Amino acid sequence: MTRSFVNIINEWDIVAARQLCREFAKELGFGIVDQARITTAVSELARNIFLYANQGIIIVEKIEKDGSVGLIIIAEDHGPGIGNLAKAMEDGYSTSGGLGAGLPGVKRLMDDFSIDSEVGKGTVIKTAKWLR
Amino acid sequence: MDKKIANYIKTHKELILSRWKSEMKEQGDERFVRVVSNRVFDGASQQFIDLIVSNLMESNEEFSQRLHKFAENVVHIGWPLNFVTQGIRKFNEIIFHGMSEEGVVTRENYMEFTEGFDKWFGPMNDEILSTYTSTWERTVTLQKIALKELSAQLIPVFEGISVMPLIGTIDTERAKQIMENLLHGVVKHRSEVVLIDITGVPIIDTMIAHHLIQAAESVRLVGAKCMLVGIRPEIAQTIVTLGINLDSLITKNTLQAGIEAALEMTNRKIVGVEVES
Repeated sequence: MTRSFVNIINEWDIVAARQLCREFAKELGFGIVDQARITTAVSELARNIFLYANQGIIIVEKIEKDGSVGLIIIAEDHGPGIGNLAKAMEDGYSTSGGLGAGLPGVKRLMDDFSIDSEVGKGTVIKTAKWLR
Repeated sequence: MDKKIANYIKTHKELILSRWKSEMKEQGDERFVRVVSNRVFDGASQQFIDLIVSNLMESNEEFSQRLHKFAENVVHIGWPLNFVTQGIRKFNEIIFHGMSEEGVVTRENYMEFTEGFDKWFGPMNDEILSTYTSTWERTVTLQKIALKELSAQLIPVFEGISVMPLIGTIDTERAKQIMENLLHGVVKHRSEVVLIDITGVPIIDTMIAHHLIQAAESVRLVGAKCMLVGIRPEIAQTIVTLGINLDSLITKNTLQAGIEAALEMTNRKIVGVEVES
């Protein structure tokens, strides 16, 4: 098991993505707190896909670098894209009346974070967590 | 034509069954092999063959009854749908091969037999599929109802104190229900303090937190106080990292601590009584 994915089509797929990534993290040997962090991050990403892009995909993959092991989560959609990336990464900014903690929260929950978005084309978010 | 096929199946039942079983086991994917034990597999296979044979001998009514039972059984033991359809195809193949080995099917009547098989297996295939899906649909509907029954009741525990234990995932639908039950319950039980217990909630993300904050705010508007209890350590850590502000809620780590605090807020406490011996 080095790579798995869940298509996000309806709200229940968020639960499926969460479940998948939690199991994945558990199997790699992440502790309970990190499992919760990863699961929460996936939940945010999957919910963003469902909320803003309607559908997309969550991919989880095992990664290795310089002898350390970790996992990377890729959230990809072909939705409307994010108009103002800097704003979206700000705490408390939301276009949907939510808390606005989603993306900056994910960045804090995980170790590495990158976002690539183009208006009208879609969004790809890659975020990794390393085993310590 | 049908008679010839039926006769062959009847006389070679054991051979077909054992061939079918071994071929299906080879084909069965990992998921399937893990789920089903040998005994269950044997039982279901026997049933499957009986079903197909009964399709030949019995009236339509008996067949559809048996089919229904079989489909329910298959859903129950968790046979994947593609395995069932594969099974029918394999069965078809085995009989065809067997019959050509014995010279019943020859080059001359090959076309005729193919047509005969199609006519026989086609409707059966359709019927098994439709029974299978309707059984699945019914299971899903029942589970949805069961899930709804699980969700969010407000339980009065002391005068003025109520508890709402939350278990499982909170989606938009449930969040709405939680809010409704909460407000109705607060008014109905004249609660002064409401404890929301999230021990059974696997994770708190920003949306769920948002719903909880909104629920607490509306409870405050109807004149009661809201307390969040059952926050596990790892949940506390993720809430802080996410940057969610729960200042508007009173929080306690266990339901017990929450109830003690709630009693205090309503000027009461639990005392032990000495029993005379």
